[in-house]
This record gives sequence, C-alpha cells and structure tokens, in this order.
Amino acid sequence: MESLFRTDAAAAAPRVTIHFDGAPLSVPAGLTVAAALLASGARATRTTPVGAAPRAPYCMMGVCFECLVEIDGVASQQGCLTRVRDGMQVCSQHGVRTLDAAAQGLAR
Amino acid sequence: MTPDLYDIAIVGAGPAGLAAATLAAAQRARVVLLDEQPGPGGQIYRAITEGGASRVDVLGPDYAAGADIVRAFVASGARYEPNASVWQVSTEQAPHHTVRYTREGRSLALHAKRLILATGAMERPFPVPGWTLPGVLTAGAAQILLKSAGTTPAVPVVLAGCGPLLYLLGWQYLRAGVPIAAIVDTTSAEDYRRAFAHLGGALGSLPALAKGLRYLRALKRAGMPFHRGARALAVEGDTAARALTFELDGRRQRIDASLVLLHQGVVPHSHFAWSLRAPHRWDDAQLCWRPVTDAWGELDVRGVFVAGDAAGIGGAQAAAEQGRLAALGALASVGAIDAARRDALAGPPRAALAKRLRVRPFLDALYRPNDEHRVPADDTVTVCRCEEVSAGELREVVRLGAPGPNQAKAFTRCGMGPCQGRLCGLTVTELIARERGLEPSRIGHYRIRPPLKPLTIGELAGTQGDAADAAAAQART
Repeated sequence: MESLFRTDAAAAAPRVTIHFDGAPLSVPAGLTVAAALLASGARATRTTPVGAAPRAPYCMMGVCFECLVEIDGVASQQGCLTRVRDGMQVCSQHGVRTLDAAAQGLAR
Repeated sequence: MTPDLYDIAIVGAGPAGLAAATLAAAQRARVVLLDEQPGPGGQIYRAITEGGASRVDVLGPDYAAGADIVRAFVASGARYEPNASVWQVSTEQAPHHTVRYTREGRSLALHAKRLILATGAMERPFPVPGWTLPGVLTAGAAQILLKSAGTTPAVPVVLAGCGPLLYLLGWQYLRAGVPIAAIVDTTSAEDYRRAFAHLGGALGSLPALAKGLRYLRALKRAGMPFHRGARALAVEGDTAARALTFELDGRRQRIDASLVLLHQGVVPHSHFAWSLRAPHRWDDAQLCWRPVTDAWGELDVRGVFVAGDAAGIGGAQAAAEQGRLAALGALASVGAIDAARRDALAGPPRAALAKRLRVRPFLDALYRPNDEHRVPADDTVTVCRCEEVSAGELREVVRLGAPGPNQAKAFTRCGMGPCQGRLCGLTVTELIARERGLEPSRIGHYRIRPPLKPLTIGELAGTQGDAADAAAAQART
C-alpha cells in the first residue's frame, strides 16, 4: 500500500533499522515509532479489543492511545511517545489481549 | 534515601511550563520541570532544538520564536526531567505535593511545596462518521510529524474543519511543496457575522489577525481548492479512509482522499486538575471546561496552580505570561518573595497577557465548531474511540435514566479505555446535556482518577521514593 507520509529526503539524518511485524524498515533516527510506521507505508497498526476495527495513530501527542503497539515484547506501548532504536522489534496488536500473549511477552 | 523536595514542581515543558520554570529558578527557587516528550518546547515548539534552518523556515516565525524561550529555560538551572510520564499528582502528604511518574520503565516520585500544571491543550474531538479510520489524523498530529524529521504527506491531503491551526498547516504544507487536494472549511457566513460583534476588541491584536489573513490569502493565491461553509463532514472507507464527503449549499460533495486531517480547535488538557477534584466551570464561548482559578492560576486546591492552555485556550504567547504569573504566585506562597515584590514583578506579564487575550472572543466566535460536528446526530457515529461506544448507545442510556457521564460510563464503558475519556469527555457531556435539555454545567464531567497514564504492575511495585517513604514510615512505627 502506498505510504501516507514520507520523511524529508534532503535531511541527512542517520538511519536505524526497526522491524514491524518482522519486516525490516530503515527509518531516520530520532523519529517516534508511530511516525516511523506512518512514513513506512503502514496503514492500520492495530485492531481494537472490542470490535476488531482497524486503527492507526491519530493524535501523535500521547493523548488518544490509538498508536498502541507491542515494542520489544512489551504490549500496549504508546508508539507516538517512544523513539525508534536500532534493532527494535515492533508488532501490531490484534483484538483482545490474551494471557498467553502476555505470558509470551514476559518470557522474552 | 530521602525523596527529593522541591519548592516548585512543574508538569509540562510548553511555553507556560518553560516560562514558569525560568522565572522561578531566577528567583533561586528549587524547581523541577517534568515533561513527557524527549525535548523541551511542548507541542507548539516541538523539536525546536533539533530542526535545521530549512525546517524552521517552513514552519514559520511563530515556531522560530520558541528557540528563545527554550534557551532561557536551559540556562535557568531548573532541573529538567524529560521522558517523564506523570501518572499522579496528589496532596495526600500535605503540606507537600507528590508527583509520581514513570521514566524508561521505572516509576519515580518527588515532592514539592507547590505544583504548577502546565499540561497544555489537545485537539477537540471531531466525532463524525469515519473519524476512527486509518488515514484520518488531527491537523495537530500532522504538524507534529512536520516537526519530526520533516515528515509530510506523500499523497494528496484534505484539510477539513476550522481554526487558525488548520490554515497555518495549509500554509506550511504550501511552503514545503506538499500536494493539497482541498481545504474544506466549516466556517460559515453566520460565523463571520457572529465574530464581527467582537471585532472591536480584536483590533487591539492586529498582528494576530493579519497573520491569519496572510495564511488564507497565500492558500487562495496558490489556487488551492477551498470550500467554505461545509457541513455534515463524513469520512468514507471500510478499512481505511477513501474519501471525505460534506454538504455545501445543500448538495453532497465528495473528494477522494486516503489522508484526511481534521481540526476544529483545541481544548484544555486538564485531567490533572480534574483528578484533584478541582472545581471547573463550563465556558460557553470556548465550549469546554476550564478549571476555576484565582488571578495567579491557583486552583481551589491549595498550592496547586494551572498555567497556559490547560486553564483555557489563550495560545502560546498568553501561555508564557500565565506561566510567569503562576510562578510568581507560587514563589510568594512559599515565602521565596514577598507580596509586594510579587505584585511588582507581575506588572509586565499581566499587561502582556491582557493584550494577548484581546483577540480571543473574536477567534472563539469565528471558529466556534458546528453543533453537528461536536455532538453527532447520526447514532452510528463512534463517540468513545477506545471502548467503541456510539452516539446511539449513549442516547439510549440517557433515555434509560443515566443522568450524567459517570452513569453513562457505568452502563456503556464509555471513557473507560486507555485514553481515560480524553477523546470523548466533552462529547459525552454535550450529548447528555442536549438529550436532557440542560446546560453542560449541570451535567458535569467524568470523575478522573489516577493513574492518569497506564502503567504496569511492575512499574507500580518498583516506585522509588515511595519505597523510601514506606520504609521510613515502618521505621517510625
């Protein structure tokens, strides 16, 4: 799917590699996870616990909690408040969290 | 370990918090400033210390002005805690206040004699059909992206709603060469008539007015498709935004768009004041709650002050003046300065604040969001995004007898998700008010309780400072 946003190509910022649902993404260092996903073609970054509706970052300032993702095994992190780090593993969250998934997160 | 005790703890590093910290530190008070973001500036001056000259040029002179206020803060000697997510402010250990926050997965606590809440503003909710779809963001979000590595739309974008920020963003996109499919403005001829009554006061703020007109003129001169007086906005799409539709002169219009940026003004982010049970009043001009304060910004909760947009929308420049006034009030109340010195120092910020606020009645009247975009007439529209509660479900529980937001919450779970009612609180109050034929002031707001940000049990268990308190308490018994 075509990306909704792009980062300033002229800016010679150093880049880092993060993984979103296993796929590597090269993104400028200093971006937040939510910004990096929006600029890398991600559309829905989670589905809701109640109706499994697709959602994506909305406010980008820590208020709306639409950008919740799993980061390095920890669920429900605010992507818009977390800066990317090289090697970061980001996963989308789908529907209701289960104890199994939580246990797997703890085991990691 | 003795927990840190400060004279003044400030939450929020936007213009109000930065100005408050700078002034208080200059009077030799022990000051700490906590902020959720990694760098100072708040949302308005976000990443001001990181952007290159070209980005500052795109964002314009108002943004560039933030560099001075940040520089003064950095030089002030106040302690700065970035990446600090404050989840509780409390007066339980009176006379001192406790601030609890998480930082990099650890929970910490500090104590202060006085608190200044400078938590700023957030986008007003825009509950229309399709506002939850991927591809729909707030204009504020888009501006935050612009301030982060110059992130801009890669597809033709539609800007919809009303208010200075929407036109400013359009102007910034124009300068950045971003393709704008259309600007869909909900401001109507009626709004202009209403605002005209306040023009006299606004003339005292000519530069602010001229600036807005300059943005609009530049957008029109660039040949931007500009639809004025749009009503009944709706975003079309199944799994992502596909188009924006709206009514213009009674006819339905449709613009293809996979990226729609919504904005209808900003409202105080005052969850902290609510959590302290501070009295609020409904502001019918700004259509939001404002915490009740005295002339220094002190709440009806002793020793806690509110400054900047968190106390009512006045804009960045007014916020800095309010920050200074709150700092003076706090300094005098801890005895760091006497009342005479406080009053002498307050002269210039008070005069500047009055000047900055003169334009507000005009702006509030001109950009008053439409009723239909605040309280959806369509029962299927989602009001609470977290728990997916629709306008129809809320109306149903009001008919069943729920008199206010807290009862509606118990029936439907509205406001119980991770955002804790930030994105639905105003809509729920206004919707219930309309259903019951009462003023919003009679309906009230959700009861807000800590933690104000979600935290893990592990973070809670490991709170430093609190652990020391507990050990000390145990040793005493």
